[in-house]
Amino acid sequence: MTHHLPVLLVVVPLVAAPIAALVNRPRISWAVAVVATLWTLYAALGLLSETMAVGAIHYELGGWVAPYGIEYVVDPVNAWVMVIVALIGALVTPYARRSVEHEISEDRIPLFYAAFILCLTGLLGIAITGDVFNVFVFLEISSLSAYALIALGNDRRALMASFRYLIMGSVGATFIVIGIGLMYVMTGTLNMADLANRLPEVASSRTIPVAFTFLTVGITLKLALFPLHAWLPNAYAYAPSAVTAFIASTATKVAVYLLLRFFFTVFGAAFSFDIMQLDLILIPLALIGIVTMSLVAIYQKNVKRLLAYSSIAQIGYMVLGISLASVLGLTAGILHLFNHALMKGALFMSMGCVMYRVGSVRLERMSGLGRSMPWTMAAFVVGGLSLIGVPLTVGFISKWYLVQAALEQGMWPVACVVLIGSLLALMYIWKVVEVAYFRECDPELGISEAPFSLLAPTWVLVLCNLYFGINASGGVDIATRAAEVLLGVLS
Amino acid sequence: MVLGLFNYWAVIFLMMIGLYTLIARDNLIKKILGLNIFQTSVFILYITMGKVSEGTAPIFVKGVEDVVYSNPIPHVLILTAIVVGVATTSLGLSLVIRIKEAYGTIEEDEIEDGRP
Repeated sequence: MTHHLPVLLVVVPLVAAPIAALVNRPRISWAVAVVATLWTLYAALGLLSETMAVGAIHYELGGWVAPYGIEYVVDPVNAWVMVIVALIGALVTPYARRSVEHEISEDRIPLFYAAFILCLTGLLGIAITGDVFNVFVFLEISSLSAYALIALGNDRRALMASFRYLIMGSVGATFIVIGIGLMYVMTGTLNMADLANRLPEVASSRTIPVAFTFLTVGITLKLALFPLHAWLPNAYAYAPSAVTAFIASTATKVAVYLLLRFFFTVFGAAFSFDIMQLDLILIPLALIGIVTMSLVAIYQKNVKRLLAYSSIAQIGYMVLGISLASVLGLTAGILHLFNHALMKGALFMSMGCVMYRVGSVRLERMSGLGRSMPWTMAAFVVGGLSLIGVPLTVGFISKWYLVQAALEQGMWPVACVVLIGSLLALMYIWKVVEVAYFRECDPELGISEAPFSLLAPTWVLVLCNLYFGINASGGVDIATRAAEVLLGVLS
Repeated sequence: MVLGLFNYWAVIFLMMIGLYTLIARDNLIKKILGLNIFQTSVFILYITMGKVSEGTAPIFVKGVEDVVYSNPIPHVLILTAIVVGVATTSLGLSLVIRIKEAYGTIEEDEIEDGRP
C-alpha cells in the first residue's frame, strides 16, 4: 500500500471525480469530494515525511523502466507543493458546501464537485510526475477544469473571464508543448532526470535555447508573472468564492513549481542563469510587478479584484526569490509559495463569508462589517497583516529571507523594493479595514456573522498563518532542503 | 535547403496565422478557430520531428526485416494533444454559447461597450 502511495495520490481523486458527477446528488457529491481531498492530504503528508527521511522516491507507472515509461518522482520540493495543494483542497471542500449552495444552482453542484476534484488531480499530477509530456497532460486537466469552475460564477463577467483565461492558458500550454517537443527532438527523451543528463551535450545548439524560451514564456503565462497577468484579475474576481480561494492559493503555486523544476532540475541552474542569463529578465519583471500591481490594487473597488492584483504582486516575490538563484533566495521563494497559499486562502475565504451574508464584495457594501461580522473581518485582518509581512505571521518569515537573500548578493535596491511592496500592501489592506471598522453599518440590513461551516476552515488557515509565523523552523527546514536539492548542493 | 525544411516553414506559417487571428479578431468563435490553427501547427511540428528519412510506418510485419521505421512516439504524444485540443475547443465553444445568452453578442468590443 505505502509502496503505491505516489500513484494512489493521483488515481484516487481521478476516480472520485466521475463518481461525484454520476451520483448526481449535491450532498453525496460533496461527501465524495471530502473523502477524496482528505485522502490526498493524508497521502501528501505521508510522502513528505517519507522523502524527508529517505530522500527521493521513484515510482514506475505500470512497471515500465524509467526513461521509457512514465516515472513519478517525489523529493522535498514537490512533496512540499503537494502538501500545499492537498491542504488547501481539504480545507476548501468543507467550506464549499454552504458557499456553493448559496452561489451555484442546485443541478450544477455535482458537476462543480467533479470539476473541483479534477482540478485538484491535475495540480497534484503536475507536481508529482517526472515526465515532461505528462506535465502537459496534467496541466491541461487542471486548466480545463479551472475554466469550467470559473465560468460557474454568478456574474456574467465570469463567462468572459473564463473565456480569456481559456485563450491565454491554451496559448501558454501550447508554448510549453513546443518547448517539450524541441527538447525531445534534440535528446530523444521525455524523462526529466534523463533530460538533465543529456541536455548539456546539445546545449550549445540553437534549438535548446529556443526550447528554453518557449518553456519560460509558457510557464510565466500560467503563473501570471507581470506582464502576462491579464487573465488573472477578472478570473479571480468573478469566480465562485470557493473556487477563488482554491485556485488563488494553488494553481499559480504549481506553475511556480514548474518554473523551479524546469530551470533547476531539467536545464540546471548553470544553463538557466549563467548562459541564458534569465535573472536579467526575471528580476526586473518581478520588481515592476510588485510595485505596479500593488499600486493598481490600491485603486480597486471590488475586494476580490483587489486581492487578485495583490496576488500578481506576490507572484513577483516568489519569482524574485527564485531568480536570485542562491540557496537563501530559493528558500525564500519556496517558503513564500506555502505562506502565500495560507494567507491568500484565508483572505479569499473571508471574502467568501462576506459574499454569503452581504451578496457582494464591493467596498461600499462592506461598511461596518467589523461589528456585524467580527470573526470574518478579524480573519481578514490577520490575513492582511500576514500579506503585509508583520512579525509573528508567516508573511514576515518569507519577506525576512527574501530581504536577506537580496542583501547577500549586495542588491540593496531590490531589498528596498520588497519593503516598498509591503508598504503598498499596508495601504490596500488598510482601505478595507477602514471601511469595515470605522464606518457605520446600516442596522436595517440585518447582516449577521457567517455560519460556522464557513468560519471554521477560514480560521484553520488563519491559525496556520500565526502558527507557522511563530514556529517557523519546520517550514524553513523543508524549504532549505528543497532549495539545496534544486541547486544540487545536496546529493 | 528551403524545400528540405518545407514542413517547418508550413508550421511557422500556420502558427503565425493562428496567433494573429487569436489576437486581432474580436469575434469569439474566430478566436477559437485561431487557437485551433495554432495548435494544429504544433501537431505538424511533432509529426515532422518523428519522420526518419527513408523510414516507413512503424508496423512490424513478420518475415520483413532490415526496415527503417519512423519514430512513433511523437505520433502517440500528438494523439493525446489532439484530444486535449478537442476538449479545449468544445469547452471554448460552449462558453461562447453562454456568452451569447448572457450578452446577446459574441463580438468582444460590443461585450466591453455593453458592460453594466
